[in-house]
Amino acid sequence: MKSFVREFITQSRHVTQELRHRQLIQTALGKYEVKRDEKKAAFQNWPAARQAAAETKWEAINHLDQHLTDFARRLEARGTVVHWASTAETARDIILGIVRDSKARSIIKSKAMTAEEIHLNDALEHAGFEVVESDLGEYIVQLRKEAPYHIVFPAMHLTRGEISELFARELGSAPTESPEELTMIARRALRQKYITADVGITGANFAIAETGMISITENEGNARLTAALPKVMITLLGIEKILPRLEDLALFLPMLATAGAGQALTCYNSLYGGPRQPGESDGPEQYHVVLLDNRRTQLLADPEQRDALHCIRCGACLNVCPIYRNIGGHTYATTYSGPIGSVITPHLRGLQDWKHLSYASSLCGACTETCPVKIDLHHHLLQNRRNSARQKPSRTEKLTFKLAAVVMNRPRLYAIVKKMARLFQPLHKLVKGSRLDPAYAWTQTRDLPTVPDQSFKDWWRTRA
Amino acid sequence: MSAASYYMTITLFIPCFVDMMYPKVGISMVHILERLGHKINYPEELVCCGQPAFNSGYWDESRTVATKVLDRLKDAEAVVIASGSCGAMLKVFYPDLFAQTPQAQNAKNLASKCYEFSDFLANRLGVTDLGARFPAKVTFHDGCHGLRELGNKKPARALLAKVRELELIEMKDAETCCGFGGTFAAKFPMISTAMGEVKCASAFATGAEYIVSNDSSCLMQVQGLLDRQKNPVKTIHLAEILAQS
Ligand code: SF4
Repeated sequence: MKSFVREFITQSRHVTQELRHRQLIQTALGKYEVKRDEKKAAFQNWPAARQAAAETKWEAINHLDQHLTDFARRLEARGTVVHWASTAETARDIILGIVRDSKARSIIKSKAMTAEEIHLNDALEHAGFEVVESDLGEYIVQLRKEAPYHIVFPAMHLTRGEISELFARELGSAPTESPEELTMIARRALRQKYITADVGITGANFAIAETGMISITENEGNARLTAALPKVMITLLGIEKILPRLEDLALFLPMLATAGAGQALTCYNSLYGGPRQPGESDGPEQYHVVLLDNRRTQLLADPEQRDALHCIRCGACLNVCPIYRNIGGHTYATTYSGPIGSVITPHLRGLQDWKHLSYASSLCGACTETCPVKIDLHHHLLQNRRNSARQKPSRTEKLTFKLAAVVMNRPRLYAIVKKMARLFQPLHKLVKGSRLDPAYAWTQTRDLPTVPDQSFKDWWRTRA
Repeated sequence: MSAASYYMTITLFIPCFVDMMYPKVGISMVHILERLGHKINYPEELVCCGQPAFNSGYWDESRTVATKVLDRLKDAEAVVIASGSCGAMLKVFYPDLFAQTPQAQNAKNLASKCYEFSDFLANRLGVTDLGARFPAKVTFHDGCHGLRELGNKKPARALLAKVRELELIEMKDAETCCGFGGTFAAKFPMISTAMGEVKCASAFATGAEYIVSNDSSCLMQVQGLLDRQKNPVKTIHLAEILAQS
């Protein structure tokens, strides 16, 4: 059996020691923080905006059934085919079916984390279709045959030099360090693909129940082309993307741009409500919307952590997370990385397999502090820990804590343990930092403080 | 030195690692509070708030320890906790831990009278100038629990601002976690270490001679790394500075 935790530990050990990676990510996210703060300051009242957003999402998620049916009904009224997929497999089958029915050969895709979640590209390629990612960052990681490093900045871990090398190798372009030229190289390669693609697949940022519309926000215009050029358009989205009203976008679009990328507003914001209508000159002939559950309803059934469905996938919690910043996105080995990934992956993919992500946190709370929709992220990590220990306690740990409780609750015993610690301290020097050291986990990289002769309690007693 | 308008009996909660490894922190607190005229009560039998078990998911075992704390502190007038992290445990997490148990109300009552040391001085007693003198350049590390669970950003700085001859140089990312995180430091030592190294680097960049915090657990992490790196920068608890004259 593959051990996800072992893999995680090996990878973290490796990445945390790569100082170049550390530098790259710290610098990139340091710049993000400056821009984010600038844009946050442009809000009249950021805390109030967060509160309003949290309340709106609360309403959306707590009446999800109603909103989803409204959303679907309104889309269908304009000729959209709405599909309900309870699992990743169903979603893949639905999409494969649409692609086959339309006799497609090549598919162009814009950014969709849900597609990563259901491993859509693999399924399509396996069935013989060519899929090309049109978002620049996604295109880069696709060429590298890698998963996105970050839910918003998929290729953040790469330098210009590395991208240039990749393009030279894969696309035969001349090496360049200029971001503009690199973009042009990708654009030239991609334009051709848009024209020949038979099907366009997009994700969604929001789903508006009131009007039955999909909102997509992007900086490159690639999602627009993906939606506009091919005959058939498919949008795949998680059911939690619902916003009740169109006017909610007035808050959520700038908020997503601010928290996600330190932008006042993302460059292109589009709404899609159906296929080409009679009398319209462009747009796809067929429009399919695939609503994905994939265990989201289980999360919905958990009153403690239901708010994790508020997530608008802005990535802000990843950006501020000191764990993420040190281990990087790939180490998580999940679709959703960072704090939100650590919270929801155990729900989406099994608690026992993924609980280590909830333990791999210092619980500093930087994520919760930054989350624009106020998800109680780090407390959910605590709840995941509690749930996993309840469901399947580790015998040694349970025993340790039981014993510790006995010692802590008995002053005499505690005094003896204290004395022993002091006695063993000189001996500890002999093994300190070596594999024989019982405190190796600490001492391999850090010194321990010297235990003074007089404890606080000893001192207190001298005064009595 | 200004004194509070009335004198109270303050119960000190000294967690195990402060008792054993950082007795000076507790001693400084006693001196400071007594100098302000208050009476100190120290329940010797309380050594642990139950946080390690709680954070590891073993809530039943945590409750075994925490119940004793609850019972013993029931009648306290005010409880001052010598660590932001243990403070957060008593003040924020006990109500969660005891929710839907017969102790729920007790936990809430206790929460309302618990204070981290700097918060107690600045906000409860309204004292910031303790007449301390500490001729050095220092930088302040915000312990995450004190900062985010308890919301204490200002008290420590207000207190440091009044220390004679002390120069506070804020570091970049003062609010970033030092990587200690309790059992996390032992379970994921490589991640914890990397985080600590980033922290030490920001602190070092200020040119400060001391890294100050109101949580000895963070300082244990930071000092442990500094010592290993043979870095001459020292760590010191806020209470120790405030007790200097
Ligand atoms: S949990 Fe919050 S901060 Fe993290 S991605 Fe989702 S909305 Fe953004």
